[in-house]
Amino acid sequence: MTPHAVERKSYLDEPHGLAAWLLTKDHKRIAMLYLISITVFFAIGGMFATGIRLELLTPKGDFLSPDTYNKFFTMHGIVMIFFFLIPSIPATLGNFLIPIMCGTKDLAFPRINLLSWYLYVIGGLMAIAVLAMGGVDTGWTFYTPYSSQASMTNVTLAAMGAFVAGFSSILTGFNFIVTVHRMRAPGLTWFRLPLFVWAMYATSIVMILGTPVIAITLTLLMAERTLGLGIFDPKTGGDPVLFQHLFWFYSHPAVYIMILPGMGVMSELVAGVSRKQVFGYSFVAFSSLAIAIIGFLVWGHHLFVSSQSVYAGLVFSIITMLVAVPSAVKTFNWAATMYKGSVTWESPTFWVVGFMGLFTIGGLTGLFLAAMGLDIALHDTYFVVAHFHYIMVGGAIMAFMGGLHFWWPKMTGRLYSEPGAKASAILVFLGFNLTFFPQFILGYLGMPRRYHSYPDEFQALNVLSSAGASILAVGYLLPAIYFTYSLVKGQAAPANPWGAKGLEWTTASPPPTFNFDEDVVVTEPAYDYKPPREVPQHTGRAGHAFSE
Amino acid sequence: MSTPFPLFPPNASSIATEMDLLYLFIAATSAFFVVVVAALVVYFTVKYRRRHPTEVGADIHGSLVLELTWTVIPFILSMVMFIWGADLFFRLSSPPADAMEVFVVGKQWMWKVQHPDGIREINELHVPIGRPVKITLGSEDVVHSFGIPAFRVKMDAVPGKWTTMWFTATKAGTYHIFCNQFCGTKHAGMVGQVIVMTQQDYEVWLGGGRSTVSTVQSGERLFTELSCHTCHRAESDARGPSLKNLYGSTVQLRDGRKVVADESYLRESIMNSQAKVVEGYQPIMPAFQGMVSEENLMQLVAYLKALKAAPQAARGK
Repeated sequence: MTPHAVERKSYLDEPHGLAAWLLTKDHKRIAMLYLISITVFFAIGGMFATGIRLELLTPKGDFLSPDTYNKFFTMHGIVMIFFFLIPSIPATLGNFLIPIMCGTKDLAFPRINLLSWYLYVIGGLMAIAVLAMGGVDTGWTFYTPYSSQASMTNVTLAAMGAFVAGFSSILTGFNFIVTVHRMRAPGLTWFRLPLFVWAMYATSIVMILGTPVIAITLTLLMAERTLGLGIFDPKTGGDPVLFQHLFWFYSHPAVYIMILPGMGVMSELVAGVSRKQVFGYSFVAFSSLAIAIIGFLVWGHHLFVSSQSVYAGLVFSIITMLVAVPSAVKTFNWAATMYKGSVTWESPTFWVVGFMGLFTIGGLTGLFLAAMGLDIALHDTYFVVAHFHYIMVGGAIMAFMGGLHFWWPKMTGRLYSEPGAKASAILVFLGFNLTFFPQFILGYLGMPRRYHSYPDEFQALNVLSSAGASILAVGYLLPAIYFTYSLVKGQAAPANPWGAKGLEWTTASPPPTFNFDEDVVVTEPAYDYKPPREVPQHTGRAGHAFSE
Repeated sequence: MSTPFPLFPPNASSIATEMDLLYLFIAATSAFFVVVVAALVVYFTVKYRRRHPTEVGADIHGSLVLELTWTVIPFILSMVMFIWGADLFFRLSSPPADAMEVFVVGKQWMWKVQHPDGIREINELHVPIGRPVKITLGSEDVVHSFGIPAFRVKMDAVPGKWTTMWFTATKAGTYHIFCNQFCGTKHAGMVGQVIVMTQQDYEVWLGGGRSTVSTVQSGERLFTELSCHTCHRAESDARGPSLKNLYGSTVQLRDGRKVVADESYLRESIMNSQAKVVEGYQPIMPAFQGMVSEENLMQLVAYLKALKAAPQAARGK
């Protein structure tokens, strides 16, 4: 094969024009539309985080007014969760890669795929309208009766935004499930699928079963708020704890919507950077399904101190503990995959190593909160904030960044700056730990969540946290620079810059509109790295090219 | 608390040390696994770094023994944590029978405390050392959460119902009370202090003469003001059942159910009187939802709990 990737027409080249992009049915272009949109929301969410960390530098609430601060953490949560994390890996990497990994031309329903992006954009515009109209202050959790009765802010519109965006998520999940079932290339059996596809399949199940419940919950909330129906407010005969049950019935599984795709990315990356079969393939595959299923039965661990029955709490506690098992299985299998691998020191490895450290801490700190007696002390403190940031930022975003670096040459046909990428991974890792590790200690000391001011003795740890956040911000700004630069001046990427296995590396970078020039027939398992000579049949990455 | 980086809050309740032990156990277990995973990943990354561009990894697919190992060990450890945590939770959910009872009502953005002898405080709670204190929590508006880190206890204050928590303070001092559930503009200002005193100091504080009417007496006055006594009389032709000795007894309802007359039942029967009607009586009592504040309700219930009389036949008929 000759490296002529640049001369040929790719999905990026034609058809031309803005209209062609906005009306595209190509899963790869839709993935790029999503990538641009979620990046905008990531920046917005990051600005709110900056405001929060600036406020918490000092014990007194002297930077923002209390109401403004409350709106900042609320908008940070809503934007980051509903408009960045939930669509992040599924709608960008998932959209781009699932058809290619299945050896097919597109998703099962290309028009529905485009519709899902438009729904996301409409939901997102509602969120932006909320910002323009002064924000919302309920916390992203919308707890009643504060949200339905007391708050004077734009709760209904914010809930409507999350409601609409939820449908985009349902449609994406539905599209993935049908594609994986019906459109796999000949020879591509279930157990030859890359583990990313398994993880996305598990995620899709959660999306289509869980998201309707949040839609119903938000509808009930809007009905109570606007029509005065008595559902959650005890003054009209409702039950505020009912809201918490309904909300977490979706929002706990939503955590798995955010982290399962990250786990899938990690399986690909670990195999790719080690050039080795994933250790315990079927255990990793089924642990994704186990997490998806168990994840539906643990919501009550958010309600240990909410007046939920002690016996219900017991059941939720023990099932929550069980999540540790498939999570541990994955982690150890990833580590074992690197054993006797051929581990590259190129940038994706840096994100893999960072993810392994942060995700492990994030997962293990969940045990503190699952142990119901200890949760009494930790509930609604900064310990919880630290824990879920380790999972969502340390886990999901590290994996997303790793995946973006791994597949960027495939998606754009360009190589980015390796030193820049390594610097970014290191800064994000260090900055993240400095930001969030002190919050575990703050939490056990008792600092509550969502506090605009705090007692003096908590200041030292909060200053560390804010200092870390500034490093983290630099770590996230770097990729914006070198990725953008790569689009303009980056070296052309070969078809397989990492010498990795997988159908996506057998087609050009960037791929042609219909992904493959010839029909794909699969004859080997995933990650089938054979000992020397037979393997990387593609040109190496610039800098250390090798001949065949 | 003068060190710049304390790792633990003050240890001032009978449960705090146990809580710290469970915390340390999970922390040590977690640290062990983090070190193992980090060491493996870093070691493999260095040891098996790619030495030639065409090199690939060894042809290894898995190991059932290893899979079982890292399934079974985490499972066992997580079950140990579950049992330990559940045991602690159960004990924290069961106040001792002899506990001193204090009512606390959360409202935007303050904590209103009512002691049994009628003393009231706002954002302050005075308690003696060594005596179990049971707190009955209510909320006037939205969900709040009453947390005392030095005691390692916390409970949500949920509008429309009462919740309970308890502790035994062990060390004199002043400790934080935080609202832990976001409740609006001044959520971060909904803080207070619990002041733990020796038994003697506490007696002196009680004797400060600030209270003339006990909670039960306030409840009795309300009982008359709200004309409860016109129906709930001891006579057999009364329109409502007698309330003497009701607390803690088993009540036969019109729909055939039997319920224990605990605080929640009393509360519900006042606020939403049609929910559980006693057998032999008509559902004619008005609901007092919206007419009685949480504090008054707590006084009424304290009065009902104090209503003792000569032993009578079972309630309900």
